[in-house]
Amino acid sequence: MRTAIVTTVSLVVALAASSAQARSQAAPKTASDTSKKPTYVAGALSTPNADPFPSSYRPRPSRTTVIRNATLLTAAGPMIQGGSILLRDGKIVEVGRTVTTPPDAVVIDGTGKFVTPGLIDTHSHLGVYPAPGVDANSDGNEATNPVTAQVWAEHSVWPQDPQFPRVLAGGITAMQILPGSANLIGGRSVVLKNVPGRSVQEMKFPGAKYGLKMACGENPKRVYAARGPSTRMGNVAGYRAAWIGAEAYRRRWDKWLEKRDGDPPTRDLGLETLAEVLRGNIYVHNHCYRADEMALMIDIAHEFGYKIRSFHHGVEAYKIADLLAKEEISGSVWSDWGGFKMEALDGVRGNLALLHAAGARAIVHSDDAVGEQRLNQDAAKGIAAGATLGIVVSPDEAIKWITINPAWAIGLDDRIGSLEAGKNADVVLWTGTPFSIYSKPEKVWIDGALLFDRTDPKGWWKTDFELGFVPALMGGAR
Amino acid sequence: MRRQLFAPTVGVFIVALVCLPAHAQVIAITGGTVYPVSGPKIEHATVLIRDGKIAAVGGTVDIPAGAQRVDARGKWVTPGLINAATNLGLAEIQGVPETRDNVARGKDGIAASFTPWDGLNAASQLIAPARNDGITGAVIMPQGGLISGQAAMIDLLDGNGDAMVRKAPVAMTVTFNNVRGSGSGARGEMFARLREVLNDARTYATKRLQYEAAQTRAFAATKGDLEALQPVLTGKLSLLVDADRRSDIEAALKLARDYKLKLIIGGGAEAWMVASDLAAAKVPVVTGGILNIPRSFSTLGQRGDNAALLRKAGVSVLLISDSYGDGGTFNVRNVRFEAGNAVANGMTWDDALRAVTLAPAEAFGVADRVGALTVGLDANVVVWSGDPFEFLTQAEQVYIHGKRVDGPSRQDELMKRYRTLPPDYRAP
Repeated sequence: MRTAIVTTVSLVVALAASSAQARSQAAPKTASDTSKKPTYVAGALSTPNADPFPSSYRPRPSRTTVIRNATLLTAAGPMIQGGSILLRDGKIVEVGRTVTTPPDAVVIDGTGKFVTPGLIDTHSHLGVYPAPGVDANSDGNEATNPVTAQVWAEHSVWPQDPQFPRVLAGGITAMQILPGSANLIGGRSVVLKNVPGRSVQEMKFPGAKYGLKMACGENPKRVYAARGPSTRMGNVAGYRAAWIGAEAYRRRWDKWLEKRDGDPPTRDLGLETLAEVLRGNIYVHNHCYRADEMALMIDIAHEFGYKIRSFHHGVEAYKIADLLAKEEISGSVWSDWGGFKMEALDGVRGNLALLHAAGARAIVHSDDAVGEQRLNQDAAKGIAAGATLGIVVSPDEAIKWITINPAWAIGLDDRIGSLEAGKNADVVLWTGTPFSIYSKPEKVWIDGALLFDRTDPKGWWKTDFELGFVPALMGGAR
Repeated sequence: MRRQLFAPTVGVFIVALVCLPAHAQVIAITGGTVYPVSGPKIEHATVLIRDGKIAAVGGTVDIPAGAQRVDARGKWVTPGLINAATNLGLAEIQGVPETRDNVARGKDGIAASFTPWDGLNAASQLIAPARNDGITGAVIMPQGGLISGQAAMIDLLDGNGDAMVRKAPVAMTVTFNNVRGSGSGARGEMFARLREVLNDARTYATKRLQYEAAQTRAFAATKGDLEALQPVLTGKLSLLVDADRRSDIEAALKLARDYKLKLIIGGGAEAWMVASDLAAAKVPVVTGGILNIPRSFSTLGQRGDNAALLRKAGVSVLLISDSYGDGGTFNVRNVRFEAGNAVANGMTWDDALRAVTLAPAEAFGVADRVGALTVGLDANVVVWSGDPFEFLTQAEQVYIHGKRVDGPSRQDELMKRYRTLPPDYRAP
C-alpha cells in the first residue's frame, strides 16, 4: 500500500518536472528576447531529442548482492568458471574469480549455475499485441497509410499485458517494442524495462534512443494492394518519397532552430520522426526478409544519409553476411523460422552461425511472446546449426547474440548487455547452462533489484488482467 | 467406408514394394543406449533390423554373419519420432494459397468426407528437414470448419503419396475452437449442429435405400459426409476434437458419452482442469509442452505444465510442435524440443519420449506397426549423438522401414551454397 502511494507521488513529481522542463525548453530566456520574441509551447516546436512522454521509471529497491562460484558468461570476454559478481546500488561493481563481499551483502551460492547479462529482445510486440489477442487490443499496426512515421508504439502499449511477466521469467530485462510491419514506415519504437507499471512511462528505459520501424516486401504491398504500393518497386518509391520530404523538413527546422527568428515552420509529427533519423538521433530497424531487398535498403540509406542499425527477420541475411559486416548492420533473426510466406522460403537454421562467421553482428530476436521467453534456446539451436556447418560458436560468443549485440542494436551497449563493472545490474542466474533445454532463469535482477525469483512464487508479478481470469500463476511456471 | 478400407490396403502394398531393396539387408545397430519405449532403457544394446522390421532388441543379440554393423557406442537409440498434428505434404507455404491443401470447402462447415491424403505432396521440401531431425512419422490433419475431415498417419519415406500413407483414416477431426468459422454464432448452436449431423448420420445408415430413392427427408449433411461418419458412430474411428476451453472439453466428453464415441482431445489448453475426467474416460490429449500465455478467451488457463499435470493424472499425452511461433509445417522437426521443454516443465523424460513415439501410435491405432523398438514393428529407428531433446544433439542416422534416409534438405543445400561468400554461380 505504501509502495503504491510512494509511486503515485513520484509519478506526479515526474509529470510536474517534465512539463516544467518542456516549458523551459520552449521558452529560452535570453537577453534578446525580453518581450518582443513570442514564447512557444513545446507542442509547437520540432526540436531534436524532444521528450514529451518522459520516462518515470524508478529502480526498485535493491540489496547489495554477491553471487559466488558460478559460471559467468559475461558477453565481454571469456567464460569465467567458479566466478563471482557483486551488484550494488543498481550497478555491477565487480566481476571476476573473486569479488569483495560487503558485510551487508546477500550472498548467493552459484555452484553449478550460470550467470549472464539480462537478455534483450530487439523485436518485441508485447503490449501492442497483448494477450488475449482480441481485436480490441490489437494496437500494433496503424494500417491506414503506407507511411505512418507519426505514430509511436508507446502510445499503444498496454502495461497489463500478461506476456510481460512471462518473458521476465525467461530472463528478458529490456526489450524494444516495435510497431507492426504493415507499413513501409510504421512509426517509432520504444525501449522498455521489463517491470510492472501502471503507465508505459513507468516502464520506459530512461535515456534510450527511439527506433524507427520500416518494412520491406510482402506485407506493405499486400496490405495496400488496392491503393498502392502494390509492388516492391512501389515500396521503394514510397520510402524515397518519404525521405525526400523528411530532408526538406529537417533543413527547414534546423535553420529555424538556429536563430529562432520569426514564426516557426509548421510542425509535422511524421516528418519530425524521419528528420530525427536523418540527424542520427533515431535508429532504423528494418523488417526485411530477402537478401536482394536488404541490399536495396542499404542503398536507400546511403542516398539519404542515414544508417540502418538492424535488419529484422532477415531470413536471407546469411546470403549477404559479408555486406552486413561491411556496413555494420546487425541481423536480428530467428534461429529456425521460415517458409510461412514466399519471402521467408529460404530460412535456414544456420543463419545465426553464418552471420557470426562472416563477422556480422548476429542477434536472436523473437517477434513472438513464446520465443521471447526462450531466446537462449534459439541461440542454442544456432550453435547446433553452426556445428553441422563446421562453424564453432563458443558459449562466450553465442551469449552475445542475446545480450550485448541486441544492446548495441538499440544503442544501449554502454549501459546494459554485458557483465562489466559500471553497467546496470541487469543480471540472470540460470539453473544450468542457458544452452540446455532443461535450464531456466532462477533469478532475474533489473538495476540490482530482484524482479523474479523462481523459488518464490508469492513474489511473482501478476498483471491486473490475470486477476480472476487466469487461473494459473505465471502460466504454471515451475 | 469404402475409402477407409481402400487407402490402407494400397498404402501397405506400395510400402512393401518400396522397401524391397532393404529386404536383402540385415542391419545391426550395436553398443548404444537403447530406449525401446515399450520397455526400460538398455545399455550397450543391439537393435537388429531385418526385412525392414525390428528383428531383435537387447543386450545380447546374435548378429548374423553378413549383417551391416552400425557402431552406436556412446549414442542414444530411439524409435523414430512421430509428430501427431501436422500439415506435412498438405501445406507447403502458408502465405501461398495454391500450396495449401489442408482446408476443404465443405458444406456449411461440414467436410467429414474430406480425405486430405489424396492430395498428399510427396515432393514437399519440408519432409527432409523433419526426418533429418529424427521424425519418421506424422499425422496429417485437415483444418477448418466444424467437421474438418479425416486425418492420416504417414511415414516420411521416399516414395509417392500412397507409399507414405501408413494408415488412413486414423481419426475424424472436429474443431470447437473456431465458433464463428464453424458456421455458428454461438457455442450452443455449434454443438447442436454437430449433434444434428451425427443424428442424421445414424438415421441415414438405416435408410440408405430410401435415401437413394429420394424417400427420406433432407439430411443435415451430404451423402459423402454421412457415410464418412459411420465408423465414428460405431466407435471404430476416433473423433479428434480440437477444444481448448474447459467447457468445450467437457462438451466433447459429454458428446462422446452420449454417442459412445472414441474421443481424442486436441489443443486442450485447459485440459489440466478436467484431467481426472479425461483419465477416467481414457481420452488422450494432443497438446504442446510450452505454451503458457492466455492468448485468447478460450485459452485463459493455458499453462506450461499442462502436459505434466495431465500425465500425472494418468492421461495419455501426445506432444506436438504447436508452440514455436509460426511453427507450422516448417518446424514439424521441433517436436523433440517441445518434448524437452515439457520435461523442463515437469514431465518425466520417459513420458516425454513416449509422448512423441508410442503414445501417438496408440492413440491413432498404429502401435502394432510403429512407435516403439519392439520385435515385429517397422524399423523406424534413430541414432542420436546424445539426449534427443537437447539442442546440441544431432540425429546422426535415421532409418525408416529399415532403410537409411539421409538426403540433404533444400535448407542444407542453401547453407552449403552460402557457406563461403560470395557463392560461385559459375558452372564447375
